[in-house]
Amino acid sequence: MRTPSRLAGLLHAGRFVVTAELSSVDSGEPEAVWRRVEPLRGVVDAVNCTDNTGAHVHMSSLAAAHLLVEKGIEPIMQLAARDRNRLALQADLLGAAALGVRNILLMSGDDVTAGDHPEARSIYDIDSLQLLQVARNLRDRGTYLSGRRLESPPVFFVGAVENPFAPPLDFRPFRLQKKVEAGAEFIQTQLVFDLARFHAFMGRVEDLGLLERVFVIASIGIPRSARGTHFMKEKVPGLSVPDDVIRRMESVPPLQQPAEGIRIAIELVEAVRSIRGISGVHLIGIKWEEGVVRVAQGAGLLPRPVAEVVATVGGGA
Amino acid sequence: MGVIERMTVAVEKPLKEAIWDCRMCGQCILHSTGLTCPMRCPKNLRNGPCGGVRANGNCEVFPDRPCVWVQAWERSRKLPLFRDHMHHVNPPVDWRLKGTSSWINLVTGRDHKRPAGWAAPESSAHA
Ligand code: SF4
Repeated sequence: MRTPSRLAGLLHAGRFVVTAELSSVDSGEPEAVWRRVEPLRGVVDAVNCTDNTGAHVHMSSLAAAHLLVEKGIEPIMQLAARDRNRLALQADLLGAAALGVRNILLMSGDDVTAGDHPEARSIYDIDSLQLLQVARNLRDRGTYLSGRRLESPPVFFVGAVENPFAPPLDFRPFRLQKKVEAGAEFIQTQLVFDLARFHAFMGRVEDLGLLERVFVIASIGIPRSARGTHFMKEKVPGLSVPDDVIRRMESVPPLQQPAEGIRIAIELVEAVRSIRGISGVHLIGIKWEEGVVRVAQGAGLLPRPVAEVVATVGGGA
Repeated sequence: MGVIERMTVAVEKPLKEAIWDCRMCGQCILHSTGLTCPMRCPKNLRNGPCGGVRANGNCEVFPDRPCVWVQAWERSRKLPLFRDHMHHVNPPVDWRLKGTSSWINLVTGRDHKRPAGWAAPESSAHA
């Protein structure tokens, strides 16, 4: 089977995938990206390039993703509806495909008020669901939203995000369903700490018959310090960090907290791996690539399958 | 805007503002949002809540206001009609209609015009 990307190929082949995040880069130098991503080579199957994450400005996800392609590391380019109207979004999707970016992850984006330019005008011309459908129309029908035909359609694997932990909890599985209907082929979730809630969510997703239609990748955060977990709980929108995780981090002296965080993350990986319909994990260690490597090692996720296993169309990475 | 439309807006605007805190987007989808105006969502979401809703159900952007979509979901559960309209994928907003009368747009069908390239993707089962 030919698939748009290596990530898609692994998922379709039933392999449990591992992805991670490129720490955001505040630099105009390509080396800044390459330095950060190199430790992840061979450790993960694809690397997310975030789009002004937390509504803070960073190097564009499109440029970072292309720099990864150049080095033979497969990117997942995130694209937020917050900063661009429908023209700019479609233009960037085409540009990304042309530069060899084969995975895209579409989202609304954290609001500008949460970032370093809170006075900025936010765009939100179309929402994340509409953006999914627009991307699928570009690819599958070869048309812009206006209906105008493309010379040739872009090739990419289309992803979305979902937060199983934010209200209204009962609606979240339906929201996932809507995203699948709008065209999502894979999902990366919000960070999973609350396993009971995540189990319940995935049960509903299964009841809705979605496991046959979308690959769900669970995000696992790697706590580095007790202070960090406090910060996540209080400052990150839509993130729920149970008190026992915080207590566990606080129960060890600061120097041993990173090791404890890695243990917590490994346990979480093992727990979500046993949930039906979880096709992979997305490991997030903020500016902590070594943490990602150690969790991948400790959870038995290495070595990763070699690139030749999957054939891709369109000549991507 | 013609006289009739201006007169309709003169009735519709204060009425819907008073009842729903309506933002006069001109393409009303109150039936698919439990009669909660989605344009009060600061992210202009037309298809459900973002991932930033606070644990207490308040908005990511305005911490002291309830999330519009939490209200929409709860209210839609109580509606006798249109309950499953929460599951519809709503098309992009036509920003040209802002400030016009959604009643007239409904009658003339203008609010139902979709961009020509707007079509549901074919579903693909992978397993
Ligand atoms: S929390 Fe609710 S109202 Fe606020 S931006 Fe997100 S979806 Fe819109």
